[in-house]
Amino acid sequence: MVTDPPCSVAQVLTPDSRVSLVAARGLVKRFGDFTAVDGIDFEIYRGESFGFLGPNGAGKTSTMKMVSCISPPTEGSLTVLGQDPKTKGPQIRARLGLVPQEDSLELELSAMDNLMMYGRYFDLPRAEIKRRATELLEFTQLSERANEKADNFSGGMKRRLTIARSLISDPDLLILDEPTTGLDPQARHLVWERLYRLKSEGVTLVITTHYMDEAEQLCDRLVVMDRGKIVAEGAPQALIQQHSTREVLELRFGMDGHGPRAAAVADLADRVEELPDRLLLYVGDGDEALAAVHARGLAPLSALVRRSTLEDVFLRLTGRTLVD
Amino acid sequence: MTTNTTASTEVTQVATTRPVQPTLGWAPWRRAFWYHATFWSRTWRGQVISSFLFPVLYLASMGLGVGKLVNHHSGGVSGVTYLEFVAPALLAMTGMQIASNESMWPILASFKWTRSYWTAVSTPITPRDLVIGKLSWVAVHVAMVGVIYTCVLEAFQTLLSPWAVLLPLAGVLTGLAYAAPIAAFTATQENEKSFPVFYRFAIIPMFLFSGSFYPISQLPSWLRVVVQFVPLYHGVAICRTLALGQGSLATTGYHVGVLVALAVLGAYLCDRNFRKRLEA
Ligand SMILES: Nc1ncnc2c1ncn2[C@@H]1O[C@H](COP(=O)(O)OP(=O)(O)OP(=O)(O)O)[C@@H](O)[C@H]1O
Ligand SMILES: [Mg+2]
Repeated sequence: MVTDPPCSVAQVLTPDSRVSLVAARGLVKRFGDFTAVDGIDFEIYRGESFGFLGPNGAGKTSTMKMVSCISPPTEGSLTVLGQDPKTKGPQIRARLGLVPQEDSLELELSAMDNLMMYGRYFDLPRAEIKRRATELLEFTQLSERANEKADNFSGGMKRRLTIARSLISDPDLLILDEPTTGLDPQARHLVWERLYRLKSEGVTLVITTHYMDEAEQLCDRLVVMDRGKIVAEGAPQALIQQHSTREVLELRFGMDGHGPRAAAVADLADRVEELPDRLLLYVGDGDEALAAVHARGLAPLSALVRRSTLEDVFLRLTGRTLVD
Repeated sequence: MTTNTTASTEVTQVATTRPVQPTLGWAPWRRAFWYHATFWSRTWRGQVISSFLFPVLYLASMGLGVGKLVNHHSGGVSGVTYLEFVAPALLAMTGMQIASNESMWPILASFKWTRSYWTAVSTPITPRDLVIGKLSWVAVHVAMVGVIYTCVLEAFQTLLSPWAVLLPLAGVLTGLAYAAPIAAFTATQENEKSFPVFYRFAIIPMFLFSGSFYPISQLPSWLRVVVQFVPLYHGVAICRTLALGQGSLATTGYHVGVLVALAVLGAYLCDRNFRKRLEA
């Protein structure tokens, strides 16, 4: 138990010397009778990249709005950058960067003017904003289009500009709400690559996503959210180890249903999941299991052996798939 | 086994190596004000030109057209020429018009389409800063146009009293009495459906029946009572008093009081509704 009063730099280290930037206990958000966030606990440390993985409507955005001190929690306690959002909202927000789920750029303004405008909200001197904006446009590979209206930008460029905008205040904590939803694979990889760079520079990232590959790639640690609750917490690989087998064998049969086949292969796997279009066999060794399937005279139309992912963890914990 | 959510509960208090500095600067609302000014300044030339053109056209049509007719038949209105009678109403009408334009579509757009209010509240700006920034922008916008209009009125020799230098302020007060309540209403709207209705059934009738073009003594008595609830009527009355130098302190105080009350009530509701919406 750390009971010492905060030292001169107002810094309290956790027992393993990590600095906690966000601490939430029993966090609840209700809209009328509807509970969007249902009593969640989490803690985010300096320098890590922390994920909220969950399907549509899980409560990720509602949580991000509370963490970014825009929307007050209905219940529970929340500390951000060591302060209480209820009383220190503007002060905390001065140190946060937010990439909201929905783009909110000024489409009539150029990329550069978008950054200038945003920087002024933080009361930064114009020359300093200009300097940082030039740097950030470089960083997000938008330098050539700096003076072009944001309206002309593709989805991926808008997203990158929004990321550049969120960095203008040199934030202690960068919150990204679904940074790559709606982007094509190439645009996603470009965004991921930039986020990697930030991560390696030591920026603390909070990322929400409903893509398990995004979570696996970017997050050191994550919570899996479903219907307003946290159903699992840990490092991606640890979660996979804990809740799934090493490999998965995916079998597709014809349109005549998997039911009887599921029963026929049940004993070959730790667990069998029946999805509308395929059977998932959770096994240690996929090839071995496939050979056994063939040996039983079952002839799937297609078979695929892959490693377990967070998708499988989610399926295991909730009985549903992440992306529907 | 499925949940393990509480990370190191032993940690009782936490903070950062770089404690949050209260580097918020003075009056953060002024940044919300500059937001509007920036957009306006992108088209300011056109706006200034039309600010000269419109009153000239108005005065020409009122003075040369309707005015001739009225003066010919009844020798002016309330002891002054028709042009002198209608000219100052222009300031109040413009205050209403700018304020209502600024407080409907642009505000809804900032909530719903450009989402620029959401952008602002993710920075140190608060919903209250947005309200103060918006209303002060409307005030400055009306004041700028008001100064130009007053100069045009003077050029047409329609101003009979030195109090007329306060005309832009009367326009601003009228503008705020509209902008604040309308903005408070807009902050509760999910779509623009009600705006054209409001224009047709509120703004235009007010424009026609608020004593801008004829004294309200011409109206049936029940309508004279209704008109007391119309901000434009009070604005026009103040403008006329300032331009012509007639009217008592008591009635002017009453007119000013009504407009101030509306603006203050509106600003209070704005503050509440903006916060409700942005902090949901
Ligand atoms: N302002 C609001 N008023 C009423 N209900 C809301 C509001 N905001 C969110 N909700 C509801 O709360 C639930 C959680 O929403 P939230 O946006 O937090 O989910 P999410 O995990 O971000 O989902 P998505 O992946 O679709 O973005 C949803 O059912 C949503 O309809
Ligand atoms: Mg969301």
